[in-house]
Amino acid sequence: MTAANAGHGGVIAADVVVIGAGPAGIAAATAAAERGLRVVVVDRCPEMGGQIWRHVRGAAVPQLAQRWIERIGKSGARVLTGTSVVDVGVGAESFDILTDSSGSAVRICAANLILATGARELFIPFEGWTLPGVMGIGGAQALLKSGASFSGKRVIIAGSGPLMLPVAAAFSGSGARLVLVAEQAGFSSVARFAAGLWKTPSMLAQAARYRARFMSSRYSTGTWVTAARGSDHVEGVTITNGRRTWDEAADVVCTGYGLIPNVELAQLLGCDTRDGAVVVDARQQTTVANVFAVGEATGIGGAPLALVEGEIAGLSVNSRQALPSPLLQRRTALEAAALRMTDAFAPRAELRALPTAGTIVCRCEDVTYGAVQGAACSRQAKLYTRAGMGPCQGRTCMPGLEFLFAWQPNTVRPPIEPALVSTLSSEFAVTAPPASLSPSHMGDTYQ
Amino acid sequence: MGSRVVERDLEIVVDDERIRVAAGTTVAAALFNHGVSAFRRSVSGEPRSPVCCMGVCFECRVTIDSRPHVRACLTTVVDGMHVQTATEP
Repeated sequence: MTAANAGHGGVIAADVVVIGAGPAGIAAATAAAERGLRVVVVDRCPEMGGQIWRHVRGAAVPQLAQRWIERIGKSGARVLTGTSVVDVGVGAESFDILTDSSGSAVRICAANLILATGARELFIPFEGWTLPGVMGIGGAQALLKSGASFSGKRVIIAGSGPLMLPVAAAFSGSGARLVLVAEQAGFSSVARFAAGLWKTPSMLAQAARYRARFMSSRYSTGTWVTAARGSDHVEGVTITNGRRTWDEAADVVCTGYGLIPNVELAQLLGCDTRDGAVVVDARQQTTVANVFAVGEATGIGGAPLALVEGEIAGLSVNSRQALPSPLLQRRTALEAAALRMTDAFAPRAELRALPTAGTIVCRCEDVTYGAVQGAACSRQAKLYTRAGMGPCQGRTCMPGLEFLFAWQPNTVRPPIEPALVSTLSSEFAVTAPPASLSPSHMGDTYQ
Repeated sequence: MGSRVVERDLEIVVDDERIRVAAGTTVAAALFNHGVSAFRRSVSGEPRSPVCCMGVCFECRVTIDSRPHVRACLTTVVDGMHVQTATEP
């Protein structure tokens, strides 16, 4: 259901609001709701499951996803899909979450927040990356899973990280002509990472299964795209491995240099971050009271780690009870594997030299590399050139610019997402929070 | 895609052209399958199409049933829906 069903301009009261309905959010919400807490989950996507559990309509859902989706369904947690968080107000005893669902504002009041905001792709700009047909690696996977047909299209996947393997596998099964998978990390880095996977055999087996599915396509390490060409649509790319440079024709070019945590909401709330991830303690509690963070937002670790962290947070809200030790041990093992991954796939320095003066870096405002080149920091670039001030609010360009120029991340301000004035004004429409957060209030807004 | 989609087809209108789309498809996938490359025009007039497909980049925004700036990647097709592309800036 969507938030609009809650009644226009309505206020929902809850004990816990979980932001994001991927594996981390689903596990957190389920664990909390099974303890009898009133839980509301919001997610901007039309279906729950996040990016990893997104599936082709009509196709079978992965078993693990199916189990969790059934479990959250029985848990009593209320899931509002198609609902974006616009702002979070911090009151004396509760958080006031302003959301937007297709232009309708819904406010949710809760004493606890669990941030399961996931991750997005890191894009590093190169000449021609704004051409239609150039898209994210995860983006292409999402498009495929949401009903797009790539049949007969020549596809090149060029970027970095383990995400390239399942996407390549998905493309080879889709009727697309997968021309090349180019991993920018060198052979020795990838080999070292693969060798380390014996510590988590399930990951090693999965990687091998994915590679087996696109065996007929080339997979090159130490190889990256330097430019894309085309007039109104991408027609091909220039590729290099540092020694040799060549052109390849392509209809679709998938790019992305790994995942970066979505920490903006946490920063807005004042939570500490370190190395681009939300800082949490052993109970997944952030540095702000009653705010928890789980999954990719706390560091890229994949769905298995996200599920464990989600459960820990769900068990920790309003509770001081000791956590089950198997859960804690599993988290420790998965965290170690995640750290090895980050090291192996760090973007190479050569990628800093790809943009030319005329290359667009900020896609929202069409700001070029030449325009931001002289700026001392991201804030100065913003003020002088409007880079990062369009609808995506710098989510797409700023991480890339921070990589190119070694800038520090900028501060975050509401609204978290562009919203209608009518949605924003509803923030001031109700002067007092709901009279009580007691179950009696549930009659209005809960079934 | 037909073999994998068990639900019935819907009809939507894209820039005054009626097209048939499998139910459950997002507007972004429907436009991609229809061969649309300019979902929107950038501030300098460049054609743009979806990048992140998860609601972050805003490159796929189109006008849906007269509502401008709707992210095609977050919207599921509805029978009779009117989609206008390349309406910006």
